[in-house]
Formats: sequence, structure tokens, C-alpha cells
Amino acid sequence: MLIFYVGSLASLFLTSLYRLNEDGSGIEKVIGLQNYKELAHNSVYLDITLRTLKIAVLVTLLDIVLALPIAFFMAKVVSPRFRRLLVAAVLVPLWASYLVKAFSWRAIIGSPGGVLDKTFGMSPNYGEIGLVIVLAYLWLPYMVVPIYAGLERLPDSLLDASSDLGAHFGFTFRKVVLPLLMPAIVAGSVFTFSLSLGDYIAVDLVGGNTQVIGSVVFDTFSADLPFAAAFAVVPVIIMVAYILGIRRTGALENL
Amino acid sequence: MHFTRTVRVLFGTLTWLVLAFLYVPLIIVAVLSFNSVASLAWPPKGFTLHWWRLAAHSSGARDALMVSLKTAVGATAIALVLGLLAALAIHRFRFFGRESLNLMIVLPIALPGIVTGIALNAAFRQVGFAFGYLTLIIAHATFCIVVLYNNMLARFRRLSPNLEEASADLGAHTFQTFRYVTFPLLRTALLAGGLLAFGLSFDEIVVTTFAAGAGLETLPIWIFRNLSRGDQQPIVTVVATVVMVMSIIPVWIAQRLTSDDGPLTGGTR
Amino acid sequence: MKTARFCGAMVAITLLAAACGDDSPSANPNEAPRVIGEGEKALNLIVWAGYAEDGSTSPDYDWVHPFQDKTGCIVKSKIAATSDEMFQLMSTGQYDGVSASGDSSVRLIDAGLVSPVNTSLIQNYADLSSFLKNQPYNTSGGKNYGIPHGWGANYLMWNSDVVTTAPDSWNVVFDKASPYKGKVTAYDAPIYIADAALYLKTAQPDLGIKDPYSLTQKQFDASVALLKDQHSIIGEYWNDYSKAASAFEQGSTVLGTTWQVIKNTAELAGSKNLQAVLPKEGATGWSDTWMVSSKAAHPNCMYMWMDYITSPDVQAQVAYYFGEAPANPKACADIATRYQDTTHCDVFKATDEAFAKSISFWATPRKKCLDGSGNDCVPFVDWIKAWTEIKG
Repeated sequence: MLIFYVGSLASLFLTSLYRLNEDGSGIEKVIGLQNYKELAHNSVYLDITLRTLKIAVLVTLLDIVLALPIAFFMAKVVSPRFRRLLVAAVLVPLWASYLVKAFSWRAIIGSPGGVLDKTFGMSPNYGEIGLVIVLAYLWLPYMVVPIYAGLERLPDSLLDASSDLGAHFGFTFRKVVLPLLMPAIVAGSVFTFSLSLGDYIAVDLVGGNTQVIGSVVFDTFSADLPFAAAFAVVPVIIMVAYILGIRRTGALENL
Repeated sequence: MHFTRTVRVLFGTLTWLVLAFLYVPLIIVAVLSFNSVASLAWPPKGFTLHWWRLAAHSSGARDALMVSLKTAVGATAIALVLGLLAALAIHRFRFFGRESLNLMIVLPIALPGIVTGIALNAAFRQVGFAFGYLTLIIAHATFCIVVLYNNMLARFRRLSPNLEEASADLGAHTFQTFRYVTFPLLRTALLAGGLLAFGLSFDEIVVTTFAAGAGLETLPIWIFRNLSRGDQQPIVTVVATVVMVMSIIPVWIAQRLTSDDGPLTGGTR
Repeated sequence: MKTARFCGAMVAITLLAAACGDDSPSANPNEAPRVIGEGEKALNLIVWAGYAEDGSTSPDYDWVHPFQDKTGCIVKSKIAATSDEMFQLMSTGQYDGVSASGDSSVRLIDAGLVSPVNTSLIQNYADLSSFLKNQPYNTSGGKNYGIPHGWGANYLMWNSDVVTTAPDSWNVVFDKASPYKGKVTAYDAPIYIADAALYLKTAQPDLGIKDPYSLTQKQFDASVALLKDQHSIIGEYWNDYSKAASAFEQGSTVLGTTWQVIKNTAELAGSKNLQAVLPKEGATGWSDTWMVSSKAAHPNCMYMWMDYITSPDVQAQVAYYFGEAPANPKACADIATRYQDTTHCDVFKATDEAFAKSISFWATPRKKCLDGSGNDCVPFVDWIKAWTEIKG
């Protein structure tokens, strides 16, 4: 199974080295770096890659900010009965169709005429800001779960000890909880980062004109597979590098 | 655990805000399913049960639902077995390349769906598999396995090895130990992981687009198709609302099960 | 060592997979059949949304079940969002036929993915509008490759509450200083470059553009430059017609290229302020053709379908539902009786040959110029790359 999967990835890489024949009706199996040269040469692809990275980072940060309070509340503050309810409440939205949620956000941030616009008189409209909000929304449960699990593993006694030693809550949170939570946070970030890097559907619905790696790959996939494959290799490299980088933090154990 | 009132109120408020953030769009979807006009624009122009009636009769939705269910069941089943085995192997045995294997297993979830989708699509065609349930279930299994694998590995790490040793000391051989000691402890993690995997497969669209064959339509694909048909969009909201409401049951069950066995896992509490 | 064996296996599999018979379709399409045989009891189609309705979206629109009852061919249809998707799906070889527009039909022919069609086997073929037959987008090397389905133009639509002066030229969507900046739309596909070229044909005659799908590098670059300028006033590009409809409905888009069905959809949802016009420079459009896959597993059922879908009764249903001109003018009378709409064919100018000829139907640009003007036109592959650059 694994061999098949990795093999297929290798095959994809191989395809990226091919090129389309002149009339665009078939693939010439000639090995060459022309696709990569094109990617490097034309600045638009660098722009798109950087833009995608920027969006992925913003989404991840936003999700961390949103997930921390609710995860902490669930794991440490509330009673066990209520806790179950809250966890369920966080997980249920995962089951609502991704597509429908994205369409719903389209109705919310559209301007004029969207929900936000009609209620508050202003709205981000389709574009990068709206996209970041919507992506953060979609992946939020994926960030909450690992952080919550990480907090569950955090012994209460540590927090008690810290306050016994005289620290007020803010200090405890910053100096005790957060450092111990790092692996969990990083684990959650793997999800939000990777999901954001590759997304093209939500981008299409609420991103307005924004082009990201996913949209280019999807748009060119049918017409120019080798080129699409080449561009698809980019997020793979980014993610592999990211995962290798975080191995040291032990985050991989927390996925 | 003692927290000051300020802390409680602060975190409580933030939590409710985040929950509102999570649920408002869903409520909007549910409300739009009663819209008297065939559109997803806000606000709804009137109230009608028309779409609910149509949805109840929609054979397209029903068929798609069946396909999704079958696929999810198949993928989850494979994931349960392979995920458990993989986690067992990684946890128990030390072998060369263990770290790399761990990394590679995580790839289907770590890499963007579109990459997985294209890669598998090309691979299936190279190998000559006919697109259909087989390719679809295999494709879904790749990321479902990861979910189970992670859950199982996490559970293995929390399990105190003493329990198994004690069992062996008491005279049970490996299989018996597994059956009577280890497995019951794993059960809830398997269930929770299985449910999560099922959910992932059920809602998946990107990889599915590339892996399903002609005429095999999962629910997300059906939704995507109908969201493009202006005059039928509200039916989709009906379906989405129904799925969401129905999913409360398995999520709730999973929750009850996973938090019930705290003391047994030998955790740090 | 385990690792070595593992790595070795991986390398072997990769090489095997790569070297194994590839998927590129054979270069020799089959000959067209001479008779229609027994139905194979199944049919797999790739269609545009709305072309193969089976009642699952609305019980009032179902021409698939009657077909199944009549021929025993059980239909499974896959809706494609773009011509590029259609091309990709056809290359899997798993489908029997496709309703291809001109920007995929030529590619399909070139790639050997479709077979020539024996038009004498289609009873209704004789009735179809003559200006749709033997066109560059459905004929090649003297052989016929498809049966016309229906056609339409890409109109310019505007919100008359906001755009108070009725436009009559495409210059309003190419105006960098447009007062409607951020609320203009354009079709989201590389083929839209032809719209820019078509505009420049009139606006910059010294470029010498004749056929917007046969562009020299210089003409192509000028069109791309125009579109890069246009990008700054575009709010959203569209290829999903219902998204475009709701954008016009809500007012986030007030001006831009459109299909008739988008206007219809928005008006059904309550819009009363939308107008559409065919600007004086002309318009691009699409003429769809049913084509038979060279790998079709059910060719007989496909022929039965092509005959069925071109009959007046079914043409009436499709044309009315989608909002296009039927290929079979006999459908007009059917539309009048079935839907009490006597103006449909007039609105869509179904029998107006001059009008049809004035539309630049979607076609696939090739290096060998489509209009026969030379061998150095810009091929579609470059259109795709340019489109990514235009969107930025």
C-alpha cells in the first residue's frame, strides 16, 4: 500500500520531467528540466508560491489563536460532563460538507448583499482576507483536536505547582503551558499548513481573483499534465521540508 | 484545579465566541434550506418546505449517499487493520529506516490532496486499474490509514507496558495477552480513530475527484455538481443539514467512549 | 539489509510504472461504423451541466429516462466544468461520448480520442442547421467527427441600476479606468484570450487580427497585455455559471461576459435589472458537438443517444432548459407547444445563419493556424500558461 503510494508520487515527479508535444495533444516522454526552468524563469510562479505560503502561515496562526482558548477551556476548566459536550460540539462541524460550508461563507462575506455586509455594513468581500478567514474556519477543528489532546496529557499538578510557587495565570500559561504544548501546536500546524497549501476549491469560491498553487495545478492538470506535476512538486518539497524540520520537536508523535 | 474567576470568564467567553464562529455559517446553511427562492443569496426571501420535499425524493442524493457510505466503510475497514498493524510494527520493533517509514506513512495526510489525487490517478492508469470502487477505496484508505495509525500509536505510547508484562507473568501467551489485555484497551482508540477516518472519507472531495471512475458519485461530488446548478442549490443545503444533524450521534458516541477509560490507559492524570 | 531491499523495490516499481505501456491514446482513430447494432445496455457520457437531465434536479426536466426506456441503454453522465476537464476525462478512455465545445473538439481529434462519425446513421442529421455542419471544429481531414447539439453566444450583461448607460461595445470591460472597477467579471478560462483578440480586431485594426483563434505571437501578446490591464478592474472571474448568477443577483458583479442561462437563472431568483446585449464588435460563443470516443465500449448506444438528442422533441427540452439555440430548427415548434414560449428561437436566433456566422465559436488554437493563414500561430498550450500569468 505504502509502496504504491510512494511509487505513485515518484511517478508524478517523473511526469513533471516530461513535456507536452507541440500541438498539445499528447505527452512527449523526453526527460528535461524545461518545466522547472519555466517555473523558475517566470516570476508569476514565484509570486503565486509566496502568496500561497503567506496564506498558509496566516491561516495557521489564526487557527492557533482561535484554538488555544477553546482547547484550554475544554481540557482544564470545565467539568468532565460538559467537556464531552464541548468536544462533540467542536467535532460536529467537521461533518458538515466542506463544500457547503465554503458556499455558506460565500454568502456571508460577499459584498454587497452578504450577511456581514447587511448586518455590519462592511465586509471583506472575496479576496485574500476573506480566504484566510474561511480557510481558518474550515481547518479550525483540526487544530483544536491535537492541542486539546496535548493539554489532556499535561498534568494538572504542573499547573498547581506553578501557582503554588506564586505565578499568576498569565505567567503560568506563557511559561509553563505553551512550551509544553509546542509539539501539539506544531502537529496541528501540519494539518492547517498542508490543507491550506493545496486547497483550490475554497480559493475558487471565496478567494475572488486569488491564484494559489492549488488553482494553477488544477487548471493546468488536464491540458498540460507535466507542467502541473512540476508545480505540484513544489508543495511536496515544502511539506517534506517542514515535516523533517519539526521532527525534532516531537510533534510527529502528536499527530 | 483552581482558576480565578477572571480566567474562567475570559476563557469561557472566548470559547463561546469561537463556537459561535464555528456554528453561524452552519445555521445559515440550515436556514437557507427553507428559502423560497432557488438561491444561496442572503437573506432568504421566504419560507418553504419545497426543497425538503424534493430532497426526500431525490434519487441522485440517495445514490450518492450510498456510494459515500460504502466507500467510507471500505476505506475505514482497511484503515483499521493496516493502521493498527503499522502502529504495532513501528511501536514494537526497532528496525532500520523506522524513522523514514514513520515519515512516509504520514505523507498522505501531510501532502495536499491535489498532489495525492494526481499521483494516484496517474498511477492507477499506469497499472491499469479500472476506475471504480476499488480505486476509490484504495485512494481513501491512504489517508484513513494515517488517521488510525496516529491514533493507535498515540494510544500505544500511553499504555503502560506493565500491563502486558503482568499478563505474561500470569501465564498468558502473546495472542491471549493481545486478546484479553491489549485489545480492550485499544478498542476505544480504534473506534474514535475509525470514526474520524470515516468522517474524513465521507467528506473528501479532492482526491475523490481524481480517483472515482465514470458514474461513481460520492455525496461531496453530488453536492459539488448540484451547487453548480443554480436552480437546485437549496437541495444541497437540505442534504448538508441532514448529514450534519445525523452526525451528532456518532460523534457523541465516540466522545463518550474515549473519555471513559481515563484511568486504564496509565496516563499521567 | 531491509532498507536496501525496500529502496530497491521502490526504484523497481517506479521504473516499471514509468516504462510500462503509457496511456497516450493511439494515433489511429477507428473508422466510422456502417450500421448501428444492438444496444449495449449502458452508456457513459461526459456532458455540460444541463445537457443530460434525468429528473434528479427537477422532475420536470428528464429526457434521460425516456431514452433508457426506449433503447435499454442505461445512461451515466459525468458533468464537466470546462473543456479542459472534458479533454482529461476523455483521455481516460472510460467514456463513450462527450458534448464537446470547439476548444476541446479539435484537441480530441488530434489526440485520436474520438472516432469519425457516420452522419447518415443519424436520422435527424439532415434537419440540423446547415451552418453547423462540416465546420473546422467538428471536421478534420475531410472526415466528420461529431453531431451538432446546440450553440450560443457569450453576451455582455450589465446591471441597469448601476450601469446607467447601456453599453454597446466590449470596451467597457477592457477600460482600465472603469468606474465599475472591482465589479467587472470575465470568463475564467484561457479561451477568453480570444475575446480580447476579437475586441482588438475592431479596436486596433493595424494588428491585423482576422480569426481570434489564429493569432501570431504579436497579436497574442497584444491580447494578453490587454487582459493584464483588465485584471485590475476584475472583481471575480467565473466558470461556474451559478456562481456568476448569484454574483450578478447580489450585485457584487455588475458588468461582464455571460451566458444566457446565467441571466435566466438570476432572473428566476428575482433579479429585475439585468440586461444583455451582443456588442458591435461581435462575440465569441460555443457550438457543441456530440463526439464518439475512439475507445467507446458502447458505440451503438452512443449513436442511439446522438439520434435521440437531435430529435425535435428532445432538442426543445435541452435548448429551453439550458437557454441556447437548438441545432435542430424543428425544435422551435416543440418549444412553443411544450413550454408556451413562442419567442425562444427568435431570442436565440436559432435559424439566423448570418448571426451564427458572426459568432466566433470556441476553437482550439494550433500552431498550424486554424484559418489557414500560416504555420506559426500560438498553440493552446501557450494560452494556458499565459492565462496563469494574466491572473497573477
